[in-house]
Amino acid sequence: MCESLALYMRYVGVSLRAQMQYRVSFVLQVLAQLGVTSIEFFTIAVLFARFGALEGWSLPRVAILYGLVHVSFALAEALGRGFDVFPELVRGGGFDRILLRPRGAAFQVLAAEFQVMRIGRLAQGLAVLVWGLAAQEHAWAWSDAVLIAWAILGGVCFFGALMIFSATLAFWTVEGLELMNVLTYGGVETAQFPLDIYRPWFRAVFTFGVPLACVNYLPAQALFGAATPERVLAGWLAPLACAAFLGVSLLAWRAGVRRYVSTGS
Amino acid sequence: MNAYYALFGARFRELLQYRAAAIAGFVTQLFWGLIRIMIFEAFYRVLSAAQPMRFEEVVTYVWLSQAFLMLIPFRMDGEAMQKVRDGSVVYELARPLDLYGLWFARALALRLAPTLLRAVPLLAIAACGLGLQAPASWAAAAAGAASLAAAFLLAAALTALVTTSLFWTVSGEGVARLLPLTIWICSGIVLPLPFFPEWLQRVLEWLPFQGLIDVPFRLYLGHLPPEAALAQIGKQLAWTAALVLLGRGLLNRGLRRLEVQGG
Repeated sequence: MCESLALYMRYVGVSLRAQMQYRVSFVLQVLAQLGVTSIEFFTIAVLFARFGALEGWSLPRVAILYGLVHVSFALAEALGRGFDVFPELVRGGGFDRILLRPRGAAFQVLAAEFQVMRIGRLAQGLAVLVWGLAAQEHAWAWSDAVLIAWAILGGVCFFGALMIFSATLAFWTVEGLELMNVLTYGGVETAQFPLDIYRPWFRAVFTFGVPLACVNYLPAQALFGAATPERVLAGWLAPLACAAFLGVSLLAWRAGVRRYVSTGS
Repeated sequence: MNAYYALFGARFRELLQYRAAAIAGFVTQLFWGLIRIMIFEAFYRVLSAAQPMRFEEVVTYVWLSQAFLMLIPFRMDGEAMQKVRDGSVVYELARPLDLYGLWFARALALRLAPTLLRAVPLLAIAACGLGLQAPASWAAAAAGAASLAAAFLLAAALTALVTTSLFWTVSGEGVARLLPLTIWICSGIVLPLPFFPEWLQRVLEWLPFQGLIDVPFRLYLGHLPPEAALAQIGKQLAWTAALVLLGRGLLNRGLRRLEVQGG
């Protein structure tokens, strides 16, 4: 375990040095991400300025949802970038090399890249989260901070699982993988707003199909004042569902690795 | 002129080959449109103040902007940019063609082909039960269509300008990254422009990006009356002309100091 961690840090170190070779490009990427995410929140604020409220949800409460999902997604993207570019590895036959090395395949793909530029989304998400929390009128306890960290951990598991599922599909097909973006980017877009505003079938897909509700909607409701005991319990349990989802994705991944046939060359 | 038409045609047919990408794009846009509409639906459920657009208008606006998403210059002409980067642009210069004209023809195909592949099925589905409305009147339909054609020219001029900018910053990251960001917010794709604060709308009226999405679709809806069409389309074309002149000027000056090494 300790050795694996040290090895992971070595991998990350190499990846960081590589990314820092093109400094101007790096800074521009971070700024562009910061810009895109800021625009997203700006448009939400514009809508609230026009309409006042969203079925009992104020802008600061929506900001908490927004912050939780973007921070989780940014961390998952930074950590799981290797799975993102994985279809290329299968197409080019590079996965053979990974299978030859004396470490797990998932570990090596995970360690292949740590993408720092996601710090743009992370910073913006954190700022919105903090603003949303500060605007709530209730006394904060340490348990709330723990719940927030716990929810973010769950969110990282959720988006990590989606990335692993999408990478796993590459064992079967390398066509039309962009469709998974509907779940990842679409999930982020969806979770920026409270799930209860959507139509029932849509809500069901993002609660029982993939546990998006567990990323921010359920944990956030445990944070608001006057939350019922059931809500608090649901909020604390939700990240566990995300972890289970990650477990399922890893099982699928192992099945994929077992049936992998090299493209040759 | 025939040569440019042939270039346009070749590139257009090449782009029509990407059918898997078109299907994925179609599903993504359908999904995205649904999310947007459900969000607006929730906001409109409890109305406290008069809104700049009716809900039905917003729905149509959202579907049109999803259908014509590829019209917007997010993805630039990667091949042409690569040619500037690796120097093989000299082969293009050896041809008896005007380089800007060549790039403009390619850019126009890049905007048109993927858009048509996605727009037709998406509009068909959106019209059958997802709330896409017919144009407000015959005049509105004609104005919208003319303005949409102008929007394609405007988008092609922007794309060609980004390609040209590579002569000045070879990494090309700067303009190629910041322009899509500006377009994202200023065109109406992320939020219909009438919802923006009035002061911001005044600013956006002076920029070219409104002509990509907002103007054609509001003409179609009758949200901008057909009488305004002439002035609006004139503005789109004036911006197109200005961007073409700017692109040409930059290109000519860039060519004068162009150095390609090796062989």
